[in-house]
Amino acid sequence: MSAEGPSLARRRVMMALPLAGAGVVGAAFWGMLSGMQKGSFNPHDINAPSTGRPVPDFAVTDQTPGVGFSSHDLQAITTPVLINFFASWCIPCIAEMPQLLKLRDRLPIWGIAYKDKPDNAAGFLRHAGNPYARIGSDFEGRVAIDWGVSGVPESFLIAPGGKIVWHGAAGLNNDEVQNALDAALGQTKR
Amino acid sequence: MSPELGHFALALACAFAFAQTILPLIGAQRRDRRLMTMAPGLALGQVIALGASFLCLIDAAISDDFSVANILENSAVTKPLLYKITGVWGNHEGSILLWALILGLCGAAVAAFGRNLPAALRARVLAVLGGVAAGFELFCLTTSDPFDRVWPAPLDGQGMNPLLQDPGLAFHPPILYTGYVGFAVPFAFAIAALIEGRVDAAWGRWVRPWAVAAWAFLTCGIALGSWWSYYVLGWGGYWFWDPVENASLIPWLSGTALMHSAIVVEKREALKIWTVLLAIATFSFSLSGTFLVRSGILNSVHAFANDPARGIFILGLLGLVIGGSLALFAWRAPSLTAGGLFSPVSREGLLVLNNILLCSICAVVLTGTMYPPFMSLLFGKTISVGKPFFDAATIPLAIPLFAFMGFGPMLPWKRAQMWPVLRRLWIAALATLLAFAVATWSLSGVLPILCATGAVWVIATSATDIANRVALFRIPLGQSFNRARFLPRAAFGAALAHAGVGVSALGLAAMSQAQHKIVEVPVGQTESLAGYDWTLAGVKTEPGPNYTALVGTIEVRRNGHLVTVMHPSKRSFNAQNQTTTEVSIHTNGFSDLYGVIGDKHGDDAHPTYVLRLHYNPLAPWMWLGALIMAFGGALSLSDRRMRVGAPRRAPAPNAVAAE
Repeated sequence: MSAEGPSLARRRVMMALPLAGAGVVGAAFWGMLSGMQKGSFNPHDINAPSTGRPVPDFAVTDQTPGVGFSSHDLQAITTPVLINFFASWCIPCIAEMPQLLKLRDRLPIWGIAYKDKPDNAAGFLRHAGNPYARIGSDFEGRVAIDWGVSGVPESFLIAPGGKIVWHGAAGLNNDEVQNALDAALGQTKR
Repeated sequence: MSPELGHFALALACAFAFAQTILPLIGAQRRDRRLMTMAPGLALGQVIALGASFLCLIDAAISDDFSVANILENSAVTKPLLYKITGVWGNHEGSILLWALILGLCGAAVAAFGRNLPAALRARVLAVLGGVAAGFELFCLTTSDPFDRVWPAPLDGQGMNPLLQDPGLAFHPPILYTGYVGFAVPFAFAIAALIEGRVDAAWGRWVRPWAVAAWAFLTCGIALGSWWSYYVLGWGGYWFWDPVENASLIPWLSGTALMHSAIVVEKREALKIWTVLLAIATFSFSLSGTFLVRSGILNSVHAFANDPARGIFILGLLGLVIGGSLALFAWRAPSLTAGGLFSPVSREGLLVLNNILLCSICAVVLTGTMYPPFMSLLFGKTISVGKPFFDAATIPLAIPLFAFMGFGPMLPWKRAQMWPVLRRLWIAALATLLAFAVATWSLSGVLPILCATGAVWVIATSATDIANRVALFRIPLGQSFNRARFLPRAAFGAALAHAGVGVSALGLAAMSQAQHKIVEVPVGQTESLAGYDWTLAGVKTEPGPNYTALVGTIEVRRNGHLVTVMHPSKRSFNAQNQTTTEVSIHTNGFSDLYGVIGDKHGDDAHPTYVLRLHYNPLAPWMWLGALIMAFGGALSLSDRRMRVGAPRRAPAPNAVAAE
C-alpha cells in the first residue's frame, strides 16, 4: 500500500486474485446446483448408514464404567450386538433404561454416550443401572454424525461381521420398536 | 388495486431500472448533462412503481385474495391482521419484492441526498444501483412472481408457519434487508469510482455515511434475529452458527472493516484500493448470503423455498454482479494511485490492524460456513462445522481486536507515540485489571475470561476517550460540558459504538456460564437451579384463536422469597399440525430466568411434564450492546459533517486537511 509498492505487472496479478477466487467459488456453486438438479448431489443428505450396510469407521473412547470400542471390534463380533446411543440429559433415554436392562440378558448392548460429559454419563448409569457390556464416549458428537444419528435414543442392531441389520430411531420401551427389533433379531439368529 | 396492477407496476419498475442503468452511464461517458440528470428522476419513478406493486401485494393479503398463489400458500382468514401484512415478506416471493423495494429506496435516497455529488459520479452511482435492481426485478418477474394467480380460488389459505407469527420476526426481515441492501450504495460508489478511475478523500467521505447507515441497520437486524431465536425457539440459545446467521454475520464483519477503512481514505488518502475492494466484497457477501440460502445449497433451519432452478438464475445474476465488478476491479484498480506511507503506530496504523483482524474473523466464518458443502462436493463426505470450531477460531482473533479498539481512536493521525496515550489510560487499565480479577474468580474457561476482560477494557477506554476530549476533571465541569456540546457527534458515536461492542462481549462472556436443566416433574415438585427454586405450581389448558395452549405455572423462589411466577406455554396449531413453545422469560437486566414447558408424559392420573429451565447471566446485554452500537452509528450519522458538509472534490490530492 505504499507509493513505491509492487510493480504494475504484479499489481495487476494481485488485483485479479479476487476475481479468480470468486470464479472458483462460483464454479463450485454451479457444480452443486447442477448436481442437485440431476440428483447426484444433496447437501441435506446425512449419510445415514441404512440397514444392510457395514458399520461406519469410528472409534469411541472409554466411558466409565466400561471400555470403549471401534468399528474393528464390531467387525470381529460373533453374536449380534445392539449399539445404543444414549445421554444422561435425554429423558426418553431414562424411560428406555428398564427395557435395556431386561434386554441385556438376551443380547449384548454396547452403549455410546452422545454429547454427554463423562461424569454425568457415569453418574446416570450409577443411578439408572448399567445395561451395557461396553461403553464409549462421543462427547463431541462426531461418531453420531458418522452413524447418521438424528437424536437420542437411537439403536442399531449389528450382525456378526459388522453389518447393520436394523435401525430404530426411538426408545425401545415402545412396543412397536421392540417388536421390530425382535423380528430383526430372529432373522439374524436364523 | 388488483394483483395484475401490482404485476404491471413491477414490470414498469424493471423498465425504469433498465433505463436508469443505461441512460446515465452513456450520459456520464459522453458528458451529456441531459442524460445524466435523468438518473434521479428514473430512480424516483422506479421506487414509486415498486411501492405501488408492494402495496398491491399487501392489499391482496389484507383482503384475503386467495386467488393469488402466494397469499394462498402463506395466509389464512384467521391470521391476525398484523401478520397478514408482515407475512407478505415472510416468504420467498414477497421477500424478493421487499428486497427490490429497499434497493429502490436506496436509489431514491442517493438521488435525494446526493445533490452535491459531481454530476457524473451521481449518474454512475445511480446507474449501478439501477442495474442491480433491474436484475432482481427481472428475477422476481420471471422466476418468483408474487402475483401468480390460481384458479379456481379456494375459500381459505394454507396459513403461515406459526413460528413466524411473532412481532420480532415480523420486523426482522425489513431491518436486516435494509442492512444488506444498504451496502449496495457503497458498492455503487466503488464501481463508479473504478469506472472514473479516481478515488480520493472526498470519495471516502461520501461513502462513509452510507456504509454507517447500512451497518447500523444490519447490526439491529442481526440482533433482532438472534433475540427471536432466543425467545421463540426455546432452546435457550441465541446464536447457532447456522449458515443463515453466518450469512448475515459475514457482511457485517466486512462492512465494519469498510466503515473503518473509509475513514483512512477520507483523512489520509490511503487504503483506497483496499476500501474499494471491501465495498465490493461486502455487497457481494450480502448478495451471496441471502440468495444462496434460497438455492438450497446451504443446509439450514431457515428453510425458504429451496429450488435449484431458481438457484441457477440467482447464480447467473450473482456471477454478473460480483464477477463483473471484480473483473472491473482487476482491470481498473492497478492504475489507481496508491496512498502515502504511514507508520504502524498511528491511528491509521491501528485502523489497518482493525481491518486485518476483522477480515480474518470474516474469513474464518466464511470458511466454516462453506466447508461442509465444498467437502460434500469434492469428497462426498458429510461433515458439520459447529460452535466449537467457530468459538475456538473467532474469539482469539476478537480479543486483540478489543485490545486495539480501545485506544485506537485516541492515537493521533500520521505519526503517534504510544506512551502519552497509554499514560492517559491508567484508569482504564486499572478497571481492566480489576475486571480480570473478577472474571477469573467468577468465570470458568480461558476464552470467556479474556473476552470479559477485553470487553471491560473497550468500555473503559471508550469512556476515557470522551473524558479526555472534554478534559473532564482537568478543567471546571462547566467548561467540560461546553466542550462536550461542541464535540463532533461522530466522536460520541464512535465511542458509543465501541462501548456497545464491549457490552455485547460482556453478555457473550457471561452467557458461556449459563446453566440449564431439563427435568420431568409432576405438578408441585421443586427443582433447584443456579440458587433458585423452581416449582411447577400448576398446568392448565387454554384455547387460543387458532391454537390450544398447554400453560404451566412455575413459581421461582430465592431463599424462600417469591422472585417471579412464569407462565410458559406450548401451543398446538391444528391447521398446520405444528406446535410452538412460548418461552417465559423473567429478566432483571442482569440475568434471565428462562422457562419452557414441553411434553406431557405419564397417564392422566399422574401426569408429569418436561420442563426446560435456564439461568442466563447478562443475556439481555448481548442485544443491548447491539442497540448501543446501532445508536452510535445513528449518532455519528446525525453529525453535521457527515450530513451536509460533503466536501467539494479537492482540486489536488492532499488538500483535505488531516484532523
